Amino acid sequence: MEWIQQLINGISLGSIYALIALGYTMVYGIIKLINFAHGEVFMIGAFVGFYAIAGWGLGFFPALILAMAVCAVFGVLIERIAYRRLRNASRIAALITAIGLSLLIQYVVIYVRGAQPEAYPDALSNKTFDIFGVQISSQSILILSVSIVLMILLQFIVHRTKIGKAMRAVSHDMDAARLMGINVNTTISATFAIGSALAGAAGVFFGVYYTKIEPLMGIIPGLKAFVAAVLGGIGIIPGAMVGGLVLGVVETIVSALGYSLWRDAAAFIILILILLFRPSGIFGKNAREKV
Amino acid sequence: MGSVPLLQVRNTGIQFGGLKAVSNVNMEINQGELIGLIGPNGAGKTTCFNLLTGVYVPTEGSIELDGQKLNGLAPYQVTRKGISRTFQNIRLFNELSVLDNVKVAYHSLAKHSIISSILRLPSHFSGEKEMEEKSIEFLKIFNLDKYKNEAAKNLPYGQQRRLEIARALAAGPRLLLLDEPAAGMNPQETHELMELIAFVRKKFDLTILLIEHDMNLVMGICERIYVLDHGQLIAQGTPEDIRNHPKVIEAYLGEEVTSAHA
Amino acid sequence: MKKVKGFWVFLILSIVLYGTVQLLINAGILNQFYSNTLIFIGINIILAVSLHLVIGITGQFSIGHAGFLAVGAYISAIFTMKLQLPFPIAILAGGIIAALAGLIVGIPSLRLKGDYLAIATLGFAEIIRIVFLNIDYVGGAAGMQVSHLTNWTYTFICLFITIVVIMNFTNSRHGRACISVRENEIAADAMGINTVYYKVIAFALGSFFAGIAGGLYAHNFYIIQPTNFGFLKSFDILIYVVLGGLGSLSGAVISAILLTLVSTFLQDYPETRMIIYSLVLVIVMLYRPQGLMGTREITDIFGKWKSVKSVKGGN
Repeated sequence: MEWIQQLINGISLGSIYALIALGYTMVYGIIKLINFAHGEVFMIGAFVGFYAIAGWGLGFFPALILAMAVCAVFGVLIERIAYRRLRNASRIAALITAIGLSLLIQYVVIYVRGAQPEAYPDALSNKTFDIFGVQISSQSILILSVSIVLMILLQFIVHRTKIGKAMRAVSHDMDAARLMGINVNTTISATFAIGSALAGAAGVFFGVYYTKIEPLMGIIPGLKAFVAAVLGGIGIIPGAMVGGLVLGVVETIVSALGYSLWRDAAAFIILILILLFRPSGIFGKNAREKV
Repeated sequence: MGSVPLLQVRNTGIQFGGLKAVSNVNMEINQGELIGLIGPNGAGKTTCFNLLTGVYVPTEGSIELDGQKLNGLAPYQVTRKGISRTFQNIRLFNELSVLDNVKVAYHSLAKHSIISSILRLPSHFSGEKEMEEKSIEFLKIFNLDKYKNEAAKNLPYGQQRRLEIARALAAGPRLLLLDEPAAGMNPQETHELMELIAFVRKKFDLTILLIEHDMNLVMGICERIYVLDHGQLIAQGTPEDIRNHPKVIEAYLGEEVTSAHA
Repeated sequence: MKKVKGFWVFLILSIVLYGTVQLLINAGILNQFYSNTLIFIGINIILAVSLHLVIGITGQFSIGHAGFLAVGAYISAIFTMKLQLPFPIAILAGGIIAALAGLIVGIPSLRLKGDYLAIATLGFAEIIRIVFLNIDYVGGAAGMQVSHLTNWTYTFICLFITIVVIMNFTNSRHGRACISVRENEIAADAMGINTVYYKVIAFALGSFFAGIAGGLYAHNFYIIQPTNFGFLKSFDILIYVVLGGLGSLSGAVISAILLTLVSTFLQDYPETRMIIYSLVLVIVMLYRPQGLMGTREITDIFGKWKSVKSVKGGN
């Protein structure tokens, strides 16, 4: 029963990773950029949620929606201000800009409000259910179900709406999409907005679940979400979901086995094994450079 | 005598996923020949070059150079065995000088070790001096020595093509593969290129296999021609044979078998 | 012969620089703060130049250089503190083990390209850090006590050797092979360059000098902790190379000097320092992605200036 318990913890953590990973994968899919600042969008989401709940007394769902909205705008601004200029720059320049931006956001937040952590308010009454001897908190269930709803919504947007179609077209071939009359800039902005909103939601979930947030909280979950995206096959949306869940479960198992200090290493070992043996990820197809 | 051909390709091909990009290719090229490889767009010509040079590992058949098997060797090993090439889309070392581009090709012929270079031992100086002299010789043959300190990216297009050929020759090949050497050249430049190819062939005792769309060039200088279509060899023979080969005419239907651009 | 003459000029200038600083330290004109800053600059230049070989020359985008710094720091500290061996041997051992770590990391991951390589090196660096975090022998998270042994002389000797070795390597057929990999890997391969070999060599050599820097770094503090070698440290080194201009050794040196000075004067305001750092980096990438020097060296600019002058003089 202990194991089922751990599995549920792992899935809750994994769904947070998955939500962040979706943003990574969508952005990579469309402009081939590892958006290192994505972890910071997640952090901003957590803080917006915090201030909304603790400062303005908003409930959980209004705070969640507000955090998602602010992050969506924030993500679009990041793309507008920094990444748009880099669309034809070298990959190295783009990656360094993303890293620089990520640090800039972290330290501006520290500069503005200080580095001290914040205790997340109890926005959700946390009941614990006992099902066949397994302790399940209502928070876990809520996080999991809201995550699933968001992912279904995302699938719907990508596959059933016009903007989703445009996103798929642009990620397939930007120039061809432009020639077909698709507004590439709008489409990329939409991608950033959606990915960032998901990261914002993940930030609020993280705060509620782990009850502590701080300005540098985005680094490690951000990197791990990236690992999740690579694990599932970067650029592939269902891959990010599966990758996130797998990573969350693996980490929880490593902790449960008593190696909690090695927990962070597990993610990076998975990353390296994936990169070495199947760089296209679980769901990816192999691509080779044209000569 | 029954002498071994320089290049012997037997039933070679490659599959990507389930797709057979090239299959069942047989070629026999003798020392000193100048051979053309033609075919419509997407016929698999460059893929053939990539198979010959080790960029792709053939999934079937064998490739032998002078009786030595090349299958499974990395591109740099194939080059050291004696096949070097140019690329359809020019691939120079853009930031390096023209001279250094040639020196890189000379790399594997020099012997001084990393240690000797770091410690600046006499073998480093003599090795580098020899590379420099040999490379300048090459540039002179190609009339590029006046550009030797210029970054390769700053050369005009036609000179870049020449430099790529010079560089390929500096690697010391016995078989030279030219991938559309005349692409983007005007008739005057193409004519000079033809003369250049004839000249280096004689001077270096080379065997040459070239891919080309310019039929004037191919028909004008090649002794034999292989025709590829949909990844398979459909014809081979002298320019005369090829010109009148029904399968070739069929393959090119829709694409004119005339002087493409002039 | 011109190059040989250049080397002697470089050697004499170096000796003069070393002697002057040492004299000023001995005379008490340069106090602890200044001499420490100079040592910091020296260590950072070694780090910058070692990463320059990997990124600038060979074009392999590694963002985990702090991992090798950590290996050098911990190994050298073990040699002096646990095994009671002399400092120079400890520095060398740190370099060698770091180079081995470079081989272990480089051989599998250098098959990857671009973003994927970057992420893999970052992952490896994190793993190295977490490994040290979990070894009780080196103090785990609490860190390891290290004697203060680094001084201006050791720093300068290491710095001098690093620059000479990397310069000599770069200006040889081996360095050209590395540059050809950076410029066009497929063409380099087709020209008979064993691209994998040179990528691994450059990576191992870069790791070696990062390890040397690690030895100096560890013995310049009284304690080393795994947190000193996180992603931020890798990023610090990366920024030297990128700001200086990818492919320019002198650019890396200049930006290491400038940025070390900036961060020394801002050390009481770490947030401001990071904001300035990251802002500068983003702005440079957006408006001058080739960095301060591009691929040029300071000598090129000087040489051009000299030749312009001599032409004018001739007229």
